[in-house]
Amino acid sequence: MVTSSSLVYLIALPLFGAITLLLAGRRADKWGHLLGTAMSASSFGVGLYQLSQMLSRPTEERAIGQKLFTWIDVASFQVDAGLLLDQLSICFVLLITGVGTLIHIYSISYMSHDENRRRFFAYLNLFIAAMLLLVLGDSYLTLYVGWEGVGLASYLLIGFWNQKPAYATASKKAFVMNRIGDMGLSFAIMIAFATLGTVSFAGVKEASEGASETALTAIGIMLLVAAAGKSAQFPLQAWLGDAMAGPTPVSALIHAATMVTAGVYLIVRSNFIFDAAPTAQLIVVIVGAITLLFGAVIGTAKDDIKKALAASTMSQIGYMVLCAGLGPAGYAFAIMHLLTHGFFKAGMFLGAGSVMHGMNDSVDMRRYGGLRKFMPITFITFGLGYLAIIGVPPFAGFYSKDLIIETAFNAGGFKGILLGSITLLGAVITAFYMTRVMILTFTSPKRWEEDQHPHESPFLMWFPMVILSIGSVTSGLLFYRGDALKNWLNPVFGDHGKDHYEEHLFEPIVVSAMALTAVAIGVGIAIMKYQLSEIDAVAPQNVSIFTRIARKDLLQDSFNESVFMRPGQVLTRLLVKGDENVVDGAVRGIGRTALGAGATLRRTQSGFARSYAALILIGAVALIAGIWVVTL
Amino acid sequence: MSSLTLLGILPLVGALLIAVIPAEQVLRVKQAALGTTILVAISAIMMWLNFDESNTAFQFVQSAEWIPSFGINYAVGVDGLSLVLILLAVLLTPIVVLAGWNESEGGRWSAKVFYILILVLETMMIGVFAATDVFLFYVFFEAMLIPVYFLIGGYGSGERAAAAVKFLLFSLFGGLLMLASIIGLYVISSKNGGATFDITELSQMHNYMSSTTQNLLFLGFFIAFAIKAPLWPLHTWLPDAAASGTPGTSVLLLGVLDKVGTFGMIRFCLSLFPDASKTFTPVIIVLAVISILYGAFLAIGARDIKRLIAYTSISHFGFITMGIFAMTTQGHSGAILYMFNHGFSTAALFIVAGWMIARRKSSTIADFGGLQRVTPVMAWSFFIAGMSSLALPGLSSFVSEFLVLVGTFTRYPVAAVLATFGIVLAALYILIPVQKALHGPTTPGNENLPDLNLREKFAVGPVLAIIIALGFYPAPLLNVINPVAAQVIESQGFTDPVPSESAGK
Amino acid sequence: MNPYNYLYVAGLLFTIGAIGVIVRRNAIVVFMCIELMLNAANLTLVTFSRINGTLEGQVTAFFTMVVAACEVVVGLAIIIAIYRSRRSASIDDASLLKR
Repeated sequence: MVTSSSLVYLIALPLFGAITLLLAGRRADKWGHLLGTAMSASSFGVGLYQLSQMLSRPTEERAIGQKLFTWIDVASFQVDAGLLLDQLSICFVLLITGVGTLIHIYSISYMSHDENRRRFFAYLNLFIAAMLLLVLGDSYLTLYVGWEGVGLASYLLIGFWNQKPAYATASKKAFVMNRIGDMGLSFAIMIAFATLGTVSFAGVKEASEGASETALTAIGIMLLVAAAGKSAQFPLQAWLGDAMAGPTPVSALIHAATMVTAGVYLIVRSNFIFDAAPTAQLIVVIVGAITLLFGAVIGTAKDDIKKALAASTMSQIGYMVLCAGLGPAGYAFAIMHLLTHGFFKAGMFLGAGSVMHGMNDSVDMRRYGGLRKFMPITFITFGLGYLAIIGVPPFAGFYSKDLIIETAFNAGGFKGILLGSITLLGAVITAFYMTRVMILTFTSPKRWEEDQHPHESPFLMWFPMVILSIGSVTSGLLFYRGDALKNWLNPVFGDHGKDHYEEHLFEPIVVSAMALTAVAIGVGIAIMKYQLSEIDAVAPQNVSIFTRIARKDLLQDSFNESVFMRPGQVLTRLLVKGDENVVDGAVRGIGRTALGAGATLRRTQSGFARSYAALILIGAVALIAGIWVVTL
Repeated sequence: MSSLTLLGILPLVGALLIAVIPAEQVLRVKQAALGTTILVAISAIMMWLNFDESNTAFQFVQSAEWIPSFGINYAVGVDGLSLVLILLAVLLTPIVVLAGWNESEGGRWSAKVFYILILVLETMMIGVFAATDVFLFYVFFEAMLIPVYFLIGGYGSGERAAAAVKFLLFSLFGGLLMLASIIGLYVISSKNGGATFDITELSQMHNYMSSTTQNLLFLGFFIAFAIKAPLWPLHTWLPDAAASGTPGTSVLLLGVLDKVGTFGMIRFCLSLFPDASKTFTPVIIVLAVISILYGAFLAIGARDIKRLIAYTSISHFGFITMGIFAMTTQGHSGAILYMFNHGFSTAALFIVAGWMIARRKSSTIADFGGLQRVTPVMAWSFFIAGMSSLALPGLSSFVSEFLVLVGTFTRYPVAAVLATFGIVLAALYILIPVQKALHGPTTPGNENLPDLNLREKFAVGPVLAIIIALGFYPAPLLNVINPVAAQVIESQGFTDPVPSESAGK
Repeated sequence: MNPYNYLYVAGLLFTIGAIGVIVRRNAIVVFMCIELMLNAANLTLVTFSRINGTLEGQVTAFFTMVVAACEVVVGLAIIIAIYRSRRSASIDDASLLKR
């Protein structure tokens, strides 16, 4: 592999920014945001430079690596702090730094009234650095460092306003649920080392060729657990909605465009494991299918604009995971949807932030309405993102989602029809809830209070939104034309990706037609239900049981609380009591026994000389008798 | 005279120096104590630089007859294991002195006595790790209790007298069992080729023991060490002692003294009784896993911040013990590295918790709130220390914890899997106090707490720096540790399990 | 005569002395009984000296006598002192050892 010495700058620049801003403290208040943005932008510059270098090399030499130092070296367990930049990671690098930089710019204005803006930028830089390490690490263990690093940054950013107890709880919840996923990654690495003897991507890839399916299935399932934790997939999805406690730019960057897609990256990166483990693949598909419907259903019931978008994110990542689970046919399309989603969802989150900015930080969509007139730029950029996500041609989401639906149908047999139907159903629901968001926010009659004065956001905020909306318009066609992205990524997936077009359940044009019909149905229902009828400013309470369950996030929190949290609390209390009374009680019992024995024996010390004499006599006789018995 | 002996004597010289300073000149006393401990630390680092990593034998050895009629020698020397632990001890002591600048005042005796006790303790700590004569080790092992007893009983808080006695009784009980085993070893050695207490010669004695004898002698040592490095269910003295001592004392207690237990397991239990170690390994692994989960659950349920840290330590000692008895190179190296890293992360936690308690005059977690806004530097220090305690990758504990888990998994997958659940619990037991004490609204009573002053920043800064540096680059320590870990595994007759899927290739 | 008979006598004397110490309350009587036991021991020492044909036993007997004499001096003095202060020579009244 070609080695390079400049990869490390990608990570080092934002890391430098984060450390400087954290150590400088209040001194950096004046220029902290500028430094943070500059560091992110220069990392993007390095990324572009790497891309140009990569394009100038022939296909087989495009992947480059850099070994920084030997990190852990204990007998056969050897892990280098090494970086790997190939066709897959460069996509992520550019997405992270590119979208990241735009969001830095947005945040300069969005956070300008916060006295801790400097710290916010430090966290953002820390996140960029950790996320880059995640996608650049050349082994599962270096990936793990980035993996938990982004978890930490996410924790810090969700809890950025942690003076509100609910926000502090939300950040803790996110970290703990992520840790469950991290545990899965730990297991995967342990199994990989125990069975294959290595944890580097290259090493595992090589060793997996001769490995048994059992081992690879175990690794694959554990990797899926990790991915589910980070990407908010079923059953570890419950943290994402609460994570919206963080400032909106954070939701856009971390909880829409980049961090939550790390799970998809992990699955796609581990393609060599999943290709050889059909059972694990099947579970991946199932998890993706469940989550895509789960998130979509929750999305229909949310009145909080950010939570509605979060549910949508969960659902869209479900699409990606499902597609990645379909094997070589799906990897490239999963990544494609991931990239287009990065554009349009980040753009929509920034749009939501812009709306909140104009509406005194209110997030209740039932209190919006008619904002089209007051925020034209936000409306247009959000609208372009909307068209992209529901999959209207020629916007980005159309191409990427269409390909996923097609791949699902092509999975073969009953499975293919089932999966295809699920993805189509998901498309219907997506169109419905996104149209609902559009209508409630922008096009319906106004429902806000008189003291709110909606206004368009400043340039620094709408500029990134415009750039992202351009991305959500063009990126799909760009990746789709001539299978550009697929061909670009193919070398990463080995030779698998070439011959998967022979089986077509439906012609592509039929699939597109079905998808568009699905979208039309979803949009139609939403228009009938919201645009053409009165909208309550307060959510109606006399609704069906299904709506109520959907509003409660399909009971995910109730389930977690009653199955894990409460029994855990009871167990903790029991153990605390047990430790005090049983374990330590035994110790104190010994002490009390000694004291009691002393008190009892003290009574024999009567002070009467004659009883002492008698005792001496008895003792002497007993001794002699003893000796006599022994020597007899 | 070997440089090791000089290193051990140096703190005593400092103690003598302090003894002649008038008790009223408290500042002079503190300066002398700080100067001495820094000097010791520098000398130890010099020794580390002169240490030959490729050599697995004892280095800087010195031996002199002490009680010739019993074959007892003053014999000291270091290998990779003891070097790491001596470094831990001498690096933490100056930090403890600096961090607890004022905790010597208000005790039962003068500040002068406090620092004399600390310095005497430092000598003992060096001695206990350096001794290569079992009897000498025992003497240090027991003598170490005396300064700690007075430090807890004389300068602590709360029910300090009761806690000190509890600590002393637990330790003495273990020590007594160990003494019986040592005498047993002596008798066996005198029957087989000459009475000796030399660790290297004694490690051949297992060839002459019946399996029952070996098991009994092993238990004598092991119970003593399991009390020191508290293993469930012998742990209950630790929370009391740690909560009652001054923060500095608790740092030394949890950070260094308890390591004598895990150190002894490697140095004595494994090398003296290899067969008995194999016999008891399943039991010990089970106890270690219980400790990991049990300590974590109790930490989650703890209301007092000092007790919480003590319980997290029980969990971490479970990891160390598991790594030691997993009998793989990774597990072993990880366990030794863990001893060092745990020392530093716990030290950071305890030091900062001590400052929080001193400012707020309460150690109940619920009394704090919103410190991040009032005292950002203090809150961040606590946070980073906590992150190290929950083994966040990039901080030092992660490397060691992961090595232990990986090393255990290759031989005892079930134990490793159960232990891995501890990392989720770790997230809870760190984030709960972080949320309650640092996050949330600033609660009444916390509005005017002062942030760290320059001295305190200087005390905690190096600890955090070491935590971060070793997280990214553990090689300096691993290079010292690896040879000794490999040697112990080899001498136990184990080889690392071969990757199961590549066996055929 | 069979030297073992001396041992029987000594045993008898010792038993009488021991019973006397335990049963009687008067300090003077207890004291006499102690003397009786000492003399029983002396008799045993001398007897064994005779049986074994060595002199150590007899020498030890002399030591015992000297010690017994000293003991009488100190012991009687204590008894008299106690009698003077308490007007009683009963040893059960002097259970001060308890404290």
